[in-house]
Amino acid sequence: MLGNTLLMALREIRRNVLRSSLTVLGIIIGVAAVIVIVTLGAGTTKQVQAEIGKMGSNMLVLSPGGERRMGGAATTAPPFDLADLVAVRREVNALSNAAPVNMRPMQVIIGNENRRVNIMGTDSDFSAVRSWKVVEGRLFTPSEVRSGKAVCIIGSTIKNEMFAGQNPINASLRIGKVNCTVIGVLESKGQAMFGGDQDETIAVPIRMFQRRLTGNTRVDSIYISARGENEMDDAKAEVEKLMKERRKTGEEGQPDFNVRDMKEVSNMVQSTTGVLTGFLSAIAAVSLLVGGIGIMNIMLVSVTERTREIGIRLAIGALEKEVMMQFLIEAAMLSAFGGLVGISLGLLGAAALAPVLNVPFTLQLSTVLTAFAFSALVGVVFGFMPARRAAQLDPIEALRHE
Amino acid sequence: MNEQAQAAQGRPPGDISQMSYAGPVVAFDQVYKIYGKGESEVRALDGVSFQINAGDFVAVMGPSGSGKSTCMNIIGCLDAPTAGRYLFKGVNVSDLSRDQRALLRRHFLGFVFQGFNLLARTTALENLELPLIYRRIDKKTRREMAMEALRVVGLSGRENHTPAELSGGQQQRVAIARAIVTQPSLLLADEPTGNLDSARSHEIMELLSKLNHDNGLTVVLVTHEEAIAAFARRRIEFRDGKILRETNTKRAG
Ligand SMILES: Nc1ncnc2c1ncn2[C@@H]1O[C@H](COP(=O)(O)OP(=O)(O)OP(=O)(O)O)[C@@H](O)[C@H]1O
Ligand SMILES: [Mg+2]
Repeated sequence: MLGNTLLMALREIRRNVLRSSLTVLGIIIGVAAVIVIVTLGAGTTKQVQAEIGKMGSNMLVLSPGGERRMGGAATTAPPFDLADLVAVRREVNALSNAAPVNMRPMQVIIGNENRRVNIMGTDSDFSAVRSWKVVEGRLFTPSEVRSGKAVCIIGSTIKNEMFAGQNPINASLRIGKVNCTVIGVLESKGQAMFGGDQDETIAVPIRMFQRRLTGNTRVDSIYISARGENEMDDAKAEVEKLMKERRKTGEEGQPDFNVRDMKEVSNMVQSTTGVLTGFLSAIAAVSLLVGGIGIMNIMLVSVTERTREIGIRLAIGALEKEVMMQFLIEAAMLSAFGGLVGISLGLLGAAALAPVLNVPFTLQLSTVLTAFAFSALVGVVFGFMPARRAAQLDPIEALRHE
Repeated sequence: MNEQAQAAQGRPPGDISQMSYAGPVVAFDQVYKIYGKGESEVRALDGVSFQINAGDFVAVMGPSGSGKSTCMNIIGCLDAPTAGRYLFKGVNVSDLSRDQRALLRRHFLGFVFQGFNLLARTTALENLELPLIYRRIDKKTRREMAMEALRVVGLSGRENHTPAELSGGQQQRVAIARAIVTQPSLLLADEPTGNLDSARSHEIMELLSKLNHDNGLTVVLVTHEEAIAAFARRRIEFRDGKILRETNTKRAG
């Protein structure tokens, strides 16, 4: 019986191929949109995770301020200084490297080129901590770091765009009012997870940053890499204990600094993409709703057109629920068919967009199955009213129709 | 009325398909069908009583609007009386739900409608299979039964033709085949020859007579034409919702 009903529904849909296709356009668009969004979203998440992994999943960021916020600059907590860095390096056993990181966007002038660039005050250890290699030239020498010499290592975007791809080593550029000699070029990292170009960065010795660019002795954050992933908790505990001592917080007191690992950062990224996905999913839901109404409309038309057929079925002994089932299955098949086309188009679209957006294409079976089930469900929900109308027709009236 | 009749009377059995009864197939007892109310009231059936026994061949006659179709719809359990009692195989149809009446139709009734009413764009074979599908008969048996019914109505070889590819007479024979393919207790035909020429009408009537004679199929048909009614063994004439007269035209046997 079910097999027959399925066959009948299939035949009915095939009978009106054009009409059926137009009807399910809403479903197709809705489902395709969902698939593109979710697939690219999953790709982005995967990429962010990979990026975080590359940055060192064993990296900790120590910054002042008690609240756990990203970029926690506006805080009353006192900043660190270079003595804190020295202490961290000396006292924390689970540590492999530590580097100071002060960031500030500043005006940079190279010949006629003039733009705002993120200046990073640090020392040579940042390369190891952030797994960020120098591909041309060299890192800072210890003496350059100690004396705060006006040298810099530029990101690949600076080289490509402000030096027009020419060899920048030993060239000179101006950061604010300070002339600076280029000694190295950093490897390209691509888009940061929060947008913005990580390669549009210039690294300078921390002392030069402090004395000549900002005129203070503060260290805004300390990036720490643990010896290995298993030593993360140890390193974190050691850093916390050390800083509590140094900042005289006391054992029980509320610390005025925080030590964050990349897992937390990754969670934050995920919640951001989650909001975005939710918003776009709402749009997709609207188009599915419109698609569902389209199906309801066409099923109502179909019931009217096939009134006589329904009359015959009822007269020869079809039960209400059997007629109802027939139309429900037809509606569900129609929208599931739309779902299948939508899934195919969505996957094609995502595959085409992924390289453009520089995101890996990740096929998620669960998404595909959910989308399929959901589209069939739309058919059932919106097919219900027309199906019930068909089932409740009076056989005498129906046979006399038209 | 015998004991069995009284036992079954007004009480729908648990499994309708297993219903059996030795009394009359159809028993009308003061049946009324009234449309509208007050001034515009129409008494389509105005206190009608009659019985039809198994194996009968009845012609229902009367002028237009006299209540023939209304009567057929009630016999066919498509409609219920406004008042009075209709027992089908001893069961009071008014007591049945919509679905129970559908099951009665499914298992005991065959309909031949005036306008053929075959499913369009569907082959003769598939049209015949439809009532068998609702009876949950498996595909192989279904095919065999449908082919046999087509053979009986003389349409072997036309099983894959759609109604559009068949003549009016052939379409009506497919409709008859569909009505008898389930081996019903009662065949109802409302003007089955209505839009056929006299030669085709004759063919159809011979077919129905043969089914009545050979298989003992009970047949009730509505007609305006004397020549058609002449095939029946009994005649019920309606006028203004009442039975004008009942006559036996041929002696049985
Ligand atoms: N659904 C309905 N609503 C109101 N009146 C109806 C309805 N069905 C039938 N009638 C009326 O009942 C009366 C009997 O109708 P019925 O269809 O039984 O006549 P009939 O004998 O079959 O006529 P014909 O030979 O023209 O088919 C008519 O007066 C008709 O107008
Ligand atoms: Mg009539």
